[in-house]
Amino acid sequence: MENLISRYRNVTILVVILFAQVLGLAVQVRRSTQDESTRLIRVWAVDAVTPLEKAIVWSQSGVGNLWHNYFYLRGVRQENRELKQEIERLRIEQVRLNQDAEQARRLQALLGFKEQFISRTLPAQVIGSSGSEQSRSIYIDKGSHDGIKPDMAVITAEGVVGKVLRAFRTTSQVLLVNDQTSGVGAILEKSRLQGVLRGTPLGEVVLEKVMSDETVQPGERVVTSGGDQIFPKGLPVGTVTKVSPGAELFLNIRVKPAADLSRLEEVLVITQQEEKTPASAEGAPPMRAADILAQRLPSVPDRPPDDPNAPPPPTSGLKIFPAPTTPAAAGSLKASGASAASPSAASHSQSGPGQASATTAGATPKPHVDSAGTISNAGNASSATKPNDSSATKPVTPRKPVAPALKASDNKTTPVSGSHAQPASPQPDLQPKPPANEPTLQEPPQ
Amino acid sequence: MNPRYRNRLNSVPITYTSNEQIEVYRFSLPAAILVPLIAVFLQAFIPLRFHFFSIFDLPLLVVIFFAVARRSPVAGLLTGAAIGLLQDSLIGHPLGLFGIAKTVVGYGASSLGVKLDVENAGSRFLVTLFFYGVHEIVYFAVARGLVGLTLQWSWPRELGSAFANAFLAVILFALLDRFKQRT
Repeated sequence: MENLISRYRNVTILVVILFAQVLGLAVQVRRSTQDESTRLIRVWAVDAVTPLEKAIVWSQSGVGNLWHNYFYLRGVRQENRELKQEIERLRIEQVRLNQDAEQARRLQALLGFKEQFISRTLPAQVIGSSGSEQSRSIYIDKGSHDGIKPDMAVITAEGVVGKVLRAFRTTSQVLLVNDQTSGVGAILEKSRLQGVLRGTPLGEVVLEKVMSDETVQPGERVVTSGGDQIFPKGLPVGTVTKVSPGAELFLNIRVKPAADLSRLEEVLVITQQEEKTPASAEGAPPMRAADILAQRLPSVPDRPPDDPNAPPPPTSGLKIFPAPTTPAAAGSLKASGASAASPSAASHSQSGPGQASATTAGATPKPHVDSAGTISNAGNASSATKPNDSSATKPVTPRKPVAPALKASDNKTTPVSGSHAQPASPQPDLQPKPPANEPTLQEPPQ
Repeated sequence: MNPRYRNRLNSVPITYTSNEQIEVYRFSLPAAILVPLIAVFLQAFIPLRFHFFSIFDLPLLVVIFFAVARRSPVAGLLTGAAIGLLQDSLIGHPLGLFGIAKTVVGYGASSLGVKLDVENAGSRFLVTLFFYGVHEIVYFAVARGLVGLTLQWSWPRELGSAFANAFLAVILFALLDRFKQRT
């Protein structure tokens, strides 16, 4: 036996070493599903390599800063002028956006939405990489000592970079979004299709799990969906570059990352996120709990007085489509508030024969659809008040059945039923017409 | 045998060599420790500035070089295991993926070094090309079979990397030859 072992000594050692490593792998795989702890060898390796990397990066940036900040200042005055102009332009834009944001907050407060806010970030410098094509990760010069924990989101001003995989004492390992094992919940900005962002062996980024019967255009922006509980919703991820039919029933959507992942120097780690309900409109009177409940619960509409001359009510399938709204109409909507529409708003609703119009409360004794219904859907309302919003200037013709603009959750909204919808003509026009300023009552496309 | 014909036989890049003919080299302790460490460090640092560099695998080249020069399978596999585990430590994957792959390569390269003359550029190119393929196959087999990672094999990338590493090996091995010491 001894003779046999000594004869095959090399092979025996090879088998023992391989077996030990396979055993170690199996233990790690088993533990990784329960508790991810950092191995000591990782700490040693990182402690051995990263100080040298930090020193080189520090000296590089020192020399670079010295050159750029003290010697190479050509064009700085011109750049300063341009930046001042840019600030002026952004200030004006900020005023407009503040108004939009305030309105969105009011509407979200009404609907009980919760928003995620990035409340604290930590800037960090990239000091190293994994150096392997099989694993795309980077090292940053901030670690658990600075408050970094695993699974924190890492971003740049351009977009999403990745997430913290491991946090050592003074450094952290960040898994990039183009790694094959990474996954980011993403959503297409216009079409609102959700998918999972993954890396490929070639370092590209693809959006998976989008059904092949959907239409996705190259150039569309991709943002985080917030569904992964790591990245806050709405952070830019990239732009769709190519769409092709993929395996099974899904599309193969190639995405160009917004952040240049091959040239990362400084990143931001999101160390704190807050989830809070946006504040309601300033100065709004406090609401009683009963009122809030009444708003959220569907209400039974008052039955209007029977009109013997009224045509028979449509039986089913009636939907309200938000009609295109001009700025003037939006103003009238604003003026009428979220309650019943004013008579002036009612006058807008008379859009002509052949179109089923929803008349407003108080204007006529006819059964009414309250104008509050037009803004019961937060998205529609906010878009309706934005003059330059494309959704407000073109007729809404949903390809698929969508939630009606009138929501039963609003107690000021009278749910649409056959008895209340009184079309102007017995045969209502099936297509919404662009000039209409009020919600139109139409048959949904069959 | 005609002497001219015998000389032509000697100039074949890879020739069978008897155990008595082969030369076994050793390395000083600083070289044996620092060269792998520097290789791992450069592999982690250079791709940060030059992204294309990630197609190279400097630690693998160092493993092949040491294994072939020492011509001892045990020393080769231990060197491969150590460098592989060090490289694993800097990558997000579980420890042992590169360790196992480089252990196999270290053992294979040293076993081959015992039997073949791999001192010239042509043989070094072919040996590196071959062992890069072995490394990738073992790595993918372990990663997908044992760990369950969702890695995808890409022929263009693997072939490109194999040739790039083989070219770099010819240059790198010529530089590392300076650290060789005859036993």
